[in-house]
Amino acid sequence: MSSVPNEEHPHHPFLQHHFEDLGQQHEASTLGMWMFLSTEILFFGGMFLAYAIYRVMYEPAWIEGAHHQNLMMGTINTIVLIGSSLTMALAVWASQLGRRLLTVALLVATLVLGSVFLGIKAFEYHAHYEEGLFPGVHFTYQSPLAAKVQLFMVFYFGLTGLHALHMIIGAGLLLYFIWRAWRGDFGPEYYSPVEIMGLYWHFVDIVWIFLFPLLYLIGRHH
Amino acid sequence: MTTATLHDVRFIEPEKSRNYLNTDYGFFSWVLTKDHKRIAILYAVSVTILFVLGGFFAMMMRLELLTPEGDLLTSDTYNKFFTLHGIVMIFFFLIPAIPAVLGNFILPIMLGAKDLAFPKINLLSWYLYMIGAVMGLFVIITGGVDTGWTFYTPFSTQYSNTHVFGTTLAAFITGFSSILTGLNFMVTVHRMRAPGLTWYRLPLFVWSTYATSIVQLLATPVLAITLFLLMFERVVGVGIFDPKLGGDPVLYQHLFWFYSHPAVYIMILPAMGVASEVVAAFTRKKIFGYKFVAFSSLAIAFLGFLVWAHHLFVAGISVYSAMIFAFLSFFVAVPSAIKVFNWTATLYRASVSWNTPMLYILGFIGLFTIGGVTGLFLAALGLDIHVTDTYFIVAHFHYVMVGGVVMAYLAGVHYWWPKMTGRMYPEWWARLAALLVFVGFNLTFFPQFLLGYLGMPRRYHAYAPEFQVLNVLSTAGASVLAVGYALPLVYLFWSLRFGRLAGPNPWGAVGLEWTTSSPPPKDNFHETPVVTWEAYDYPAMMKAVGETQHV
Repeated sequence: MSSVPNEEHPHHPFLQHHFEDLGQQHEASTLGMWMFLSTEILFFGGMFLAYAIYRVMYEPAWIEGAHHQNLMMGTINTIVLIGSSLTMALAVWASQLGRRLLTVALLVATLVLGSVFLGIKAFEYHAHYEEGLFPGVHFTYQSPLAAKVQLFMVFYFGLTGLHALHMIIGAGLLLYFIWRAWRGDFGPEYYSPVEIMGLYWHFVDIVWIFLFPLLYLIGRHH
Repeated sequence: MTTATLHDVRFIEPEKSRNYLNTDYGFFSWVLTKDHKRIAILYAVSVTILFVLGGFFAMMMRLELLTPEGDLLTSDTYNKFFTLHGIVMIFFFLIPAIPAVLGNFILPIMLGAKDLAFPKINLLSWYLYMIGAVMGLFVIITGGVDTGWTFYTPFSTQYSNTHVFGTTLAAFITGFSSILTGLNFMVTVHRMRAPGLTWYRLPLFVWSTYATSIVQLLATPVLAITLFLLMFERVVGVGIFDPKLGGDPVLYQHLFWFYSHPAVYIMILPAMGVASEVVAAFTRKKIFGYKFVAFSSLAIAFLGFLVWAHHLFVAGISVYSAMIFAFLSFFVAVPSAIKVFNWTATLYRASVSWNTPMLYILGFIGLFTIGGVTGLFLAALGLDIHVTDTYFIVAHFHYVMVGGVVMAYLAGVHYWWPKMTGRMYPEWWARLAALLVFVGFNLTFFPQFLLGYLGMPRRYHAYAPEFQVLNVLSTAGASVLAVGYALPLVYLFWSLRFGRLAGPNPWGAVGLEWTTSSPPPKDNFHETPVVTWEAYDYPAMMKAVGETQHV
């Protein structure tokens, strides 16, 4: 008859009032994140498509570009990022069990590993800049294929830059969830935010799993 | 549905009942609201302002084209005006109009939900829209942009001296508003339906909005990345799409139309949903072939992704891919035709109520059919090459976009106006406006089919003198159309204060939105409804309403 809250079932503090129960809220928010990730796939997909077309058109330049990537740094970064996905997955597990300190520790570990990744990436960017490989007016790289190598570097910076932007956003979200985990918000009844954070983080990780071979490895054996 | 509450709120003045409009007061209760109904009103105000702006550019173009000489606008100004007309109307009016205004308001109520799944994201998407719109306005004030709304490269990246970066950034940001709206709707349809509201009990507006959301979710990010690459190219000065530096301008066109053709379905699918609602309500019949209409929406959403290259028939794509895309473009007409046939079959031998929403929808069905059939002309390779970049194209897509989407939007606004405001619009004036819109529209755009077929190219401010008669007709029609659009602005405002009280269900229509009070309370329903009837099941619903009234 009215909008008076049902007194028999006191609301969970994190149940938003337009949901019937925490189960519905959890289902809705995870589905929302999956759909967001499908948008993200097409967002990156457009650039992957352009990359693939130019790779076919200008293969020698793409091979030359790949040789200017720092394979060691790329490999370390791949390991670091997969490690951060592991700690993220464990953080979801810990939050489901309601183990507050463990959740915080694992989220902090994820944040640290993500930051290490970004640090190494910045180091690589700097090296490219020094080498004159940054596209535009700073592009001083000399080679018969220079114009096409520049196109390769456009995709290198475009793809890794967007990826890094997603990492930075993820790091910001991690900070927020570390604070919430510290406050003790999460437990067996309510852990959706950590799980959704995990979905996002794994997605960003998977993007890198595609970027690493496409930008560093393919063409390396030539 | 509790009988007592429903009875109590009948025909009470909106100001005296407790509803979403008067739970809070003040500026911040609106701009910080998370209520989907208030956000819908925010969108309604915003898209109306942008529509007037886009209409201004259109009117100036029509005035310029009154005479064959380029005398009112210089060619540069004319270039900017058709560009801004396109950008404002497409990105800031047609795409958000039906989903973000009508969908936002009515979709959760149709589902028996208290709100969309993510109310904060809903508000965020309005802010993204506004940021894009304000950036767009800033661009207009500081000198405009002249690339055409398609931003074709390399003109947009290398040669144009206008505000390409600001405009594309505005479109980029507004795109995320569209994505988030689609995401919100999809999750809401999946997870927030009232008990008993199975998929086949959903109103067809929900089906078509759901199909729209799929397109918004999967096509818009491709536009975003394309515009990102365009901005990258323009700012850094590299040649992603510039043939001089190794890029491929045709790739830009592929990527652009991979979004922008499906975007046509973002606009038309919700319009089709409104048509289904209105046809059922004003014929008092079940929609003929409910499942066909429902699944044809999904089919259009799917096929819409496979036809983009019909915009590139003259761009140098291979003849084999052109043939495939021509075939697929014919194919997309099938689900659209299914809808038209089903509406017609619903109308067959029905006792039709000639209220304003129905008038608009009858116009919609006719004009959409003309727009769709001329679309088939354009899917045919040989004919397309003859009429590419002529007024035939302009007429074709205005029949779909204006004759289709704007007519359906106005139908929806009138149909749900009593629900939104609790008051009726004045029927006589509304019918007059609908008539003016229909006549004005045809007078504006039918001559353009002829002009295009005779070979008048689009996007020039001057033309050969033999085209003048048809252009004068078109400009005269545009003036009638402008009056037709201005009238609702006046009488709808008037009705907010002086309109007849609507009551919960002025049309005697079915659907959950008509079971709650008008305007609805903040949580939409006084108690969560339980659905036990099929969609458009008039006998069952009339019985339920009858019982309610006799308590």
